[in-house]
Amino acid sequence: MTETHRTKQAEDRWNWLWEWANPVKFMSLSGKILPWVMGLCALTLLPGLIWGFFFTPEAVNFGSSVKIIYVHVPTAMLAINIWVMMLVASLIWLVRRHHVSALAAKAAALIGLTMTVAALFTGAIWGEPMWGTYWAWDPRLTSFLILFLFYLGYMALWGAIDDPDTAADLTSVLCLVGSVFALLSRYAVNFWNQGLHQGASLSLDKQENVSDVYWQPLVLAIVGFSLLFVTLLLLRTRTEVRRRRTHALETRERMADA
Amino acid sequence: MIALLIRDLKLAMRAGGGFGLGLAFFLIVTVLVPFGVGPESQILARIAPGILWVGALLACLLSLDRVFQLDHEDGTLDLLATAPLPMEGAVAIKALAHWLVTGLPLTLSAPIFATLLNLQSPGHLWVFVTLLIGTPALSMIGAFGAALTVGLKRGGLLLSLLVLPLYIPTLIFGAEAATRGAAGLENATPLALMAGITAGAIALLPFAASAAIRVNLR
Amino acid sequence: MLDLGKYAVAVYASWAIALGLVVLLVLITLRQSAKAKLDLDAAEARKAARHG
Repeated sequence: MTETHRTKQAEDRWNWLWEWANPVKFMSLSGKILPWVMGLCALTLLPGLIWGFFFTPEAVNFGSSVKIIYVHVPTAMLAINIWVMMLVASLIWLVRRHHVSALAAKAAALIGLTMTVAALFTGAIWGEPMWGTYWAWDPRLTSFLILFLFYLGYMALWGAIDDPDTAADLTSVLCLVGSVFALLSRYAVNFWNQGLHQGASLSLDKQENVSDVYWQPLVLAIVGFSLLFVTLLLLRTRTEVRRRRTHALETRERMADA
Repeated sequence: MIALLIRDLKLAMRAGGGFGLGLAFFLIVTVLVPFGVGPESQILARIAPGILWVGALLACLLSLDRVFQLDHEDGTLDLLATAPLPMEGAVAIKALAHWLVTGLPLTLSAPIFATLLNLQSPGHLWVFVTLLIGTPALSMIGAFGAALTVGLKRGGLLLSLLVLPLYIPTLIFGAEAATRGAAGLENATPLALMAGITAGAIALLPFAASAAIRVNLR
Repeated sequence: MLDLGKYAVAVYASWAIALGLVVLLVLITLRQSAKAKLDLDAAEARKAARHG
């Protein structure tokens, strides 16, 4: 490395981030902050859910069914945001070849899938008393079903390829192309059927949508679920790093035996 | 480039598979639907554009795993990777060959099969037009999926799982345009959107597909 | 317990499903994590034995 390169790297203000890309450093850093994230998650998620479940009044049009919002909205938000996070991680892997980034995308997929399923089921159960049907081919519901299919395909591709680097490359390309088509599907579905679902309940003009009594515990629940995602993501990425190391050691063993 | 196209077409003809099988499959799907739905011509005519689109899409899917598989097995793909022709071009040619042996026959036969589903006069035309514009996108997206799974021994099922979600926008706009056209409604918007997807897929997906093939050949 | 009126079933069912899925995910994560740790320790031990 030349002198200019070194100074350039030293000046890179994203260095704090790229520290995480080194697997050894990642393991020690994530090990250190994991208990803190876990604790914060417990401190926000549990009160948020308990507040939402026990201490919120009935809403005018929804009755007590409004309580479903505390599990429906956070899971739905995570389902989409986790896909975005996987897209970013895939891009980082493709551009900068940081293994931890690819493994983080892999680790996030199952969390995203679970959240999508949870959002779909809670939405269906909520839809039955509200709209009189469990399922309607409403744009938002349909988009989530499509998102579910994308998660399935992504995870299936990871599972089908043996070589870890090949798998990381191909799934990243799929994630990229898939994101474009997922976005296209979103608009296509909108065009195809204007639906029953109310607009986003958390837009900036919250007064119009949800009053404070429901909004405050909801924010707490969303923060809690997000921290839960971070906790699980760190745990699962650590697992993937360990698996990768085991895989490397075993390959080396086999080479030595041969 | 043209040599590659002609070679691919010859192979497809000789292997006997792609050309006839996809078409036969499409016919069978079209025949099976009335058995499942019932023979009322009103209902059949209303769902005909959608059925023809789904049938064409599935028939297209059927032959996708052969786009690169044979070339991968006999090493032609490695030669293509080192050939002066850029990989992107080779991928586009292969997608074009796939379209010529599957998409085009499907498009040409769809108006005839539409008669089986009691589709009335302007419907034939619109099914033909939408398939003509839409099937190239199906072949190109399919070639991308085939490129992702080319190194796998049994990639067929995985290929369908990967490709089908990517087909959704094309299917929605295509079937919508055909249905509206058949009902005599204005359908320029879905038609334009579908054409946009086709153009975008042809312009951009060869890059993604050839990147995937290079990874698989590594 | 709370009186949830006519929506009791819907509320309980959706909470049960959502929390059940999350708990399942956590359990799977913990199990995979423990297994990966064990496997890695075993592999490292073998490596140490080889070079030791």
